[in-house]
Amino acid sequence: MTQPVLSVEGLTVQFPTRRGILTAVDDVSFAINPGEVLGVVGESGAGKSMTGSAIIGLIEPPGRIAAGEIKLHGERIDNVSSDRMRKIRGRKIGMIFQDPLTSLNPLYTIAEQLIETIRRHLPLSHADARKRAIALLDDVGIPDAARRIDDYPHQFSGGMRQRVVIALALCADPDLVIADEPTTALDVSVQAQIIDVMKRLCADRGAAIMLITHDMGVIAETADRVAVMYAGRVAEIGPVEKVIRSAAHPYTQGLMGSIPTLSTDEDRLTQIPGAMPRLSAIPAGCAFNPRCPKVFDRCYHDRPDPLPHEDRRVACWLYDKAEAEA
Amino acid sequence: MSAPLLDVKNLSVAFDVSKPWLNRMIERQDKLFLKAVDNVSFSINKGETFALVGESGSGKSTIARLIVGLLGPSSGDVLFEGKSLSAGLEGAEARRLRRRFQMIFQDPFASLNPRWHVGDIIAEPLRVFRTETGAKRRERVAELLSLVGLSPEDAARFPHQFSGGQRQRVAIARALAANPDFIVCDEPTSALDVSVQAQILNLMKDLQRQLGLTYLFISHDLSVVRHMADRIGVLYLGRLAEVADAKTLFTARQHPYTRMLLDAVPDLEMTGRTRKPVEGEIPSPLDPPSGCAFNPRCPLANARCRTERPELREYGPTWAACHAVEEGRDKTV
Repeated sequence: MTQPVLSVEGLTVQFPTRRGILTAVDDVSFAINPGEVLGVVGESGAGKSMTGSAIIGLIEPPGRIAAGEIKLHGERIDNVSSDRMRKIRGRKIGMIFQDPLTSLNPLYTIAEQLIETIRRHLPLSHADARKRAIALLDDVGIPDAARRIDDYPHQFSGGMRQRVVIALALCADPDLVIADEPTTALDVSVQAQIIDVMKRLCADRGAAIMLITHDMGVIAETADRVAVMYAGRVAEIGPVEKVIRSAAHPYTQGLMGSIPTLSTDEDRLTQIPGAMPRLSAIPAGCAFNPRCPKVFDRCYHDRPDPLPHEDRRVACWLYDKAEAEA
Repeated sequence: MSAPLLDVKNLSVAFDVSKPWLNRMIERQDKLFLKAVDNVSFSINKGETFALVGESGSGKSTIARLIVGLLGPSSGDVLFEGKSLSAGLEGAEARRLRRRFQMIFQDPFASLNPRWHVGDIIAEPLRVFRTETGAKRRERVAELLSLVGLSPEDAARFPHQFSGGQRQRVAIARALAANPDFIVCDEPTSALDVSVQAQILNLMKDLQRQLGLTYLFISHDLSVVRHMADRIGVLYLGRLAEVADAKTLFTARQHPYTRMLLDAVPDLEMTGRTRKPVEGEIPSPLDPPSGCAFNPRCPLANARCRTERPELREYGPTWAACHAVEEGRDKTV
């Protein structure tokens, strides 16, 4: 068995506030293998972006990692100095954020930004770094890269900017790319291009991807495995076809039913009543219990941990063997 | 077939985006206009849902604003039950007509006044159109709140006490307050999470059936549109590329842009399949390509497409604006 690129064990992120401690990410565990694409889905406030920020060490104070371990190639990175983390970020872990305009500096040309990043992480001369930058821009599909590299971000369209951000994330050949809603700000026709570029480049370089998005459609075509998050916890994690076609957790089932599709002709969408609880009011037991159609006694008292079910893990008492036998 | 409820005829609007006068004089530039909507015509029958889809910059929201009168057209006309809305309605007649169409906006965080009680927000149309007063008005607000799945006690709360989905319900209640026939919905669910989106879409369908409403539904999300619409118009750079029944559009699409758009949608059924990446991006509306606006991205484009602008023509069950479809060139690919 190969060692995973990234393994997260019992990660908990908390925010102390005047009204008590809020737990944004609660005992989350998963691993990503080399070359694998792990999708992380959930609605807003589910803790998916917070998980991503925790991995790259960018949680804003007063938020903090309260428990758990994050390992990159078996080496803990959640407790290293910020200097060391800065070297890991960019070199070992690349990042792609939602809004390409805010992740590029409008006052510098693309060339300056790419070359600076390349030279910070790799021992290259300015001229070599520029060559590498042009080759990268070529790879992400920017036409006439040698000339456009001296343009400013505002001279690029939204889709082109996101390509530049991908080039920036990949410029030091990282082992893991964390993409937080990389296509949400883009139109569908451009979305397809960006996903294609991201997948192809990561496959070429053997980089693993953690793809954070709320769009199940994007997950369905991109990810190998998917983790469904709800109220800061992992509800279900497993191979993407299994989770989509035969969801086990009642939340995943509801989520899949509530997505209108192009191919089916249902009159009403399945709806999950209510909304996700606020972080300050997460119910005892299973966080999903107020909205769950299959809720029973135990769900109100005990909190389910992700239990193995077929080839995935599901955090639901319905799949507890002991419960079934009792 | 009954007369259409709403008839949009050759609607165009251009925005003046010129530089200031002095700059123009010094740099010797002409005035610059952005054609946001270019000669668009369609009609909506009573009780149906007509959807407009398109990418950003295609003019969907501008059309919505033109129809409800938030913007004036440069040319063309909007007819509501045969009466022109752009000819400048005045007085009692304007009030009577305006009462009958309402709008739901995309962002429920921006469309509700944070300093007003939800009850006052919903009662505003009743006050403006003077349909009910006093205790009757409060009764009507309570009735509207229960109609959209909130409780009558919620009238005393403020918008910030509600979640996104609940706020959108308040916005729907406000739109329904004056008993309209026609509601323009501009991306009503794109600010919401999927499970909440499903609740709102179901609610809108139920209300349509219950109250006999007609919707103009604007969205960029094709799967939502497929779920909601009876007929669909596809917009590209301010022009209609194709108009068809929802079913026909998804099974027998004609226009190459519609095909591209549908192929580009990620879908749950896509697992293991890769979608066809699309070439290029929407060109700048300031400088649209000559001829057919889609020609730089179109796999079927030829010399005619680059010079002559296609008109919307009927091909069996659909209307498309495409030379390739007209000449049958699309069948060979």
